[in-house]
Amino acid sequence: MINIRDKGAELWETWNRPKRITFVLVLIGLVGLLPYAGDFSFTSILNTPISSYQAVLVYPVGMFVLMALGLNIVVGKSGLLDLGYVAFFAIGAYTAAILGTKTHLNIWEILPIGMGLAMISGVLLGLPTLRLRGDYLAIVTLGFGEIVRIVAVNNRSTGGPNGIANVPNPPSIFGVRFALDNMKGFFWIIFVMILLVIWMVRRLSIRRPGRAWEAIRQDEDVAMLMGVPILRYKIWSFSIGAAIGGAAGVIFASKSMYVAPDMFTFNTSVLILSCVVFGGMGNIWGVVLGGTILAYLPERIRFINNARQLVFGLALVVIMNVRPDGLLPRKKREKITKVSAKPEGDSNV
Amino acid sequence: MRLEIKDLHVFYGKIEAIKGISVTVNQGEIVTLIGANGAGKTTMLKTISGLRPVASGQILFDGQDISKVSAHDRVSLGISQAPEGRGIFPGMTVLENLEIGKYFRKERKNEMSEDLEKVYHLFPRLKERATQAGGTLSGGEQQMLAIGRALMARPKVLLLDEPSMGLAPMMIANIFRIITEINQSGTTILLVEQNAQQALQRAHRAYVLETGHVVKEAKASDLLNDPDVKAAYLGTGAAAAH
Ligand SMILES: Nc1ncnc2c1ncn2[C@@H]1O[C@H](COP(=O)(O)OP(=O)(O)OP(=O)(O)O)[C@@H](O)[C@H]1O
Ligand SMILES: [Mg+2]
Repeated sequence: MINIRDKGAELWETWNRPKRITFVLVLIGLVGLLPYAGDFSFTSILNTPISSYQAVLVYPVGMFVLMALGLNIVVGKSGLLDLGYVAFFAIGAYTAAILGTKTHLNIWEILPIGMGLAMISGVLLGLPTLRLRGDYLAIVTLGFGEIVRIVAVNNRSTGGPNGIANVPNPPSIFGVRFALDNMKGFFWIIFVMILLVIWMVRRLSIRRPGRAWEAIRQDEDVAMLMGVPILRYKIWSFSIGAAIGGAAGVIFASKSMYVAPDMFTFNTSVLILSCVVFGGMGNIWGVVLGGTILAYLPERIRFINNARQLVFGLALVVIMNVRPDGLLPRKKREKITKVSAKPEGDSNV
Repeated sequence: MRLEIKDLHVFYGKIEAIKGISVTVNQGEIVTLIGANGAGKTTMLKTISGLRPVASGQILFDGQDISKVSAHDRVSLGISQAPEGRGIFPGMTVLENLEIGKYFRKERKNEMSEDLEKVYHLFPRLKERATQAGGTLSGGEQQMLAIGRALMARPKVLLLDEPSMGLAPMMIANIFRIITEINQSGTTILLVEQNAQQALQRAHRAYVLETGHVVKEAKASDLLNDPDVKAAYLGTGAAAAH
């Protein structure tokens, strides 16, 4: 099986700095132009039925990629199975909805608050549960995801089952307008967030936190014997992931101008996790690809209506059978090894 | 350095694995714990390094009770362990495995190259394999890596859990020779072994464990000639006893 990830990394290694910078800038430019990609007759195949292509780029594509990158820090980097990631997305979205409708704060001012609240809830949830191992964490996070949604359904301040309408759009920045009829703006802001997250993850990966997460994921007990304060690093991973989910939630609420509890079901948690696993756990580019495909494809094949979910599901099953480690798995060397008696951290996913 | 374990009790759920064990390790010694499968040797080491909680009793390290100190802080106090089954990070290279051994030491920047040299000097094989994934090493090489990695933290006391497990006789002899070498360069060692013959030849003092109790405590050389120990742990005596 060809390994695009290793080939890509090899090529990258041979480039000098100016070449790399040029490549990155061109790539950023091209992705930035994506909202216009459906405008020409020969690219009209990109256009999606039902929702407009530009809207699909924002949600689900951009949102899924952003959230998958956030969840990848938790699941892919540190091996913590979080089945309730949607909770942080919901906390961000409701923060934007409540503060956006009840106060004069604008969305840019709310963004750090939403991220902070998501992060704090991540810490509060993490402190007791991250001491537990594997399966317990999955169950507790799953429960947390449902609790957040149920609280939203039953609470007056969150608008109950009807949710909250009239969430404001963000004010313009740098002349870019954010409105329902200008989805490009939302796409660009999400794109900037994605770039920031990728930059942050790449930096952390080669520094102490990345090493600690890697050790924790591969063998928690031995990580402790190496002097890794594992609870602290797990909570960092968990709450950074939560903050990213919260950020996605704030932008989502302000883009949709509306939030309701049924937007934040367990399904979403599973879909985001699928993006991570399908793309290639632990590898940023795999996750980006996974998020893009899993978000775009169902929209693109909406014309086949009822068979859509079936086709989507079948495609997933087939591809996961052909490439069990995802489309672009992380470095291969991890997989050669089944020598040690203990199962690797990611085997329980 | 003085490690003093007093009347230690450790449980797994309701099962009591350590039933009141007292062990002392003095500066510069090699002390060995020998005993049959399930005697509680691994549990002792895990409790000393902080992976298992203490139910009652004390673990005194230089006179200070560390039984409430977290595992990662015990590493900075000077307790390092090469765990049972070696515990190599399979997806990290040999070098990365060694680096993470001191990744959480404050002085790592100044010490790194010096300590890598020391470990490579003890185990030249590791230097040849520096860029190879830990999981693809042979059993013997993994054991070298586990010991080398524990040394990277500059331990005052090194806990070794069955370093000879699964190794060929040549490699066993080699590993034990190096254990003595490490000890002679100033590191105190608490060694858990099934291979009682080798362990008793290398150690200064020994404790014999049986189902969570210490049943014998003596100079290692004395135990080598002890008829009970011979019969139970040294293989040679088994036939003669009958
Ligand atoms: N995780 C665990 N859960 C429950 N019981 C355990 C666990 N680990 C060990 N035990 C029990 O504790 C006792 C001591 O086990 P331990 O691993 O310390 O023995 P050991 O002396 O190291 O044996 P070996 O020589 O086979 O490695 C055994 O009875 C074992 O079954
Ligand atoms: Mg054992």
